[in-house]
Amino acid sequence: MRHRFELRVGPVAFRIGSAWRGPVDALRRLYSGYPAPEGVCDFTVRLEPERPWRRALRPSVAIRGDYMLPGAAPLALAHGLLAAEMGMNLQMALGQRRFLLLHAAAVEREGKAVLLTGHSGAGKSTLSALLGERGWRFMGDEFALLDPESGLIHSFPRTVSLKNESLALFGQVDPARLGPVMEGTPKGTIRHLRPPANAVARMAEPAEPALILFPRFGSNMAGEAREVGSAEVFVRLTQASTNYVALGRRGFVALTRLVSSVPARAIDYATSDEGVRLVEEQWRG
Amino acid sequence: MAGPLYAADPPGAVASADLEGLTALFHARSGTTHILAPPAPQILQALASGPADAGEIAARLAADFELAAEADAAAAISARLAELEAAGLVWRESAPTADSGTKTAAGSGQALE
Repeated sequence: MRHRFELRVGPVAFRIGSAWRGPVDALRRLYSGYPAPEGVCDFTVRLEPERPWRRALRPSVAIRGDYMLPGAAPLALAHGLLAAEMGMNLQMALGQRRFLLLHAAAVEREGKAVLLTGHSGAGKSTLSALLGERGWRFMGDEFALLDPESGLIHSFPRTVSLKNESLALFGQVDPARLGPVMEGTPKGTIRHLRPPANAVARMAEPAEPALILFPRFGSNMAGEAREVGSAEVFVRLTQASTNYVALGRRGFVALTRLVSSVPARAIDYATSDEGVRLVEEQWRG
Repeated sequence: MAGPLYAADPPGAVASADLEGLTALFHARSGTTHILAPPAPQILQALASGPADAGEIAARLAADFELAAEADAAAAISARLAELEAAGLVWRESAPTADSGTKTAAGSGQALE
């Protein structure tokens, strides 16, 4: 690959190779301050022309790597940064075996982690990023890594991909932390936000899971919280894990231990401020 | 009443966890996770001491639980056994004895993948 960038996000080391300079330069800027890998990289992501001649003629980025999904649609070169981010997610989702991967955002306070999990659009990214700006340590907006041996949550503080309406909520942050605005992506308008410096500096610190929340966002939501039983939590988390089945008994033991020992609640909210308030209230118990 | 003999994997081949009255069960041979409601986990537990038909399972459970009339309990257990068989958690060990009059499928006792 002509252009390369290596970085560590939490306990995972990535090598990103690209046929084009643009996506790698954008990644370097966005991930400024992230540590370089100390040894061999866990995963490789390659951004390549979909067909050899397309590199110059009509640039289109295909995401390739150690693990691939057949038929993953190529992206326009202008969305190369998104392709790199999606490639990193894909390698984690398909290849991670050391941790039980939960599709969840995580924030930490006093050594204890709150997991936020739910369907796309539930507000995991927005809520965790807002909490990260309001006194919590941001641990990740996409994956929470559950260590089956210790039961601790490891941080995976990738840049946050802010979508559509969420962009306006972060107008006050240092512009150097924001990536380019990418319009017309498969997920709408996207702009990446580098997590606060403390999230990067403390990315190697795991936290004890203390609360599991299932946020639900909607303009007519009532702004309330309710208990969720452990059997339901278990089923929902097996669905929220990309590698639960692959981990076999280790995954089962890790997940049943988590749901048996950590309280869980669903929160419904209509505005991001209300969402933040509900998380804080549930945290205080 | 003699019916088909059912068998289950030994307790070491599964992992289970109690989740507020329901039981999460990991079946190692298939790699499948099941959520079971009573009395399914108790039936599997009763089969830990060896293959049994529904009547024998009722008798084993009666040692630990208060059951309804034995015939009713055996009928309910037969229904649960059929569900457990469909889920791949129990299988028929052998055909019933000739005097039972119970119709069973030929070639029963197939193990699961």
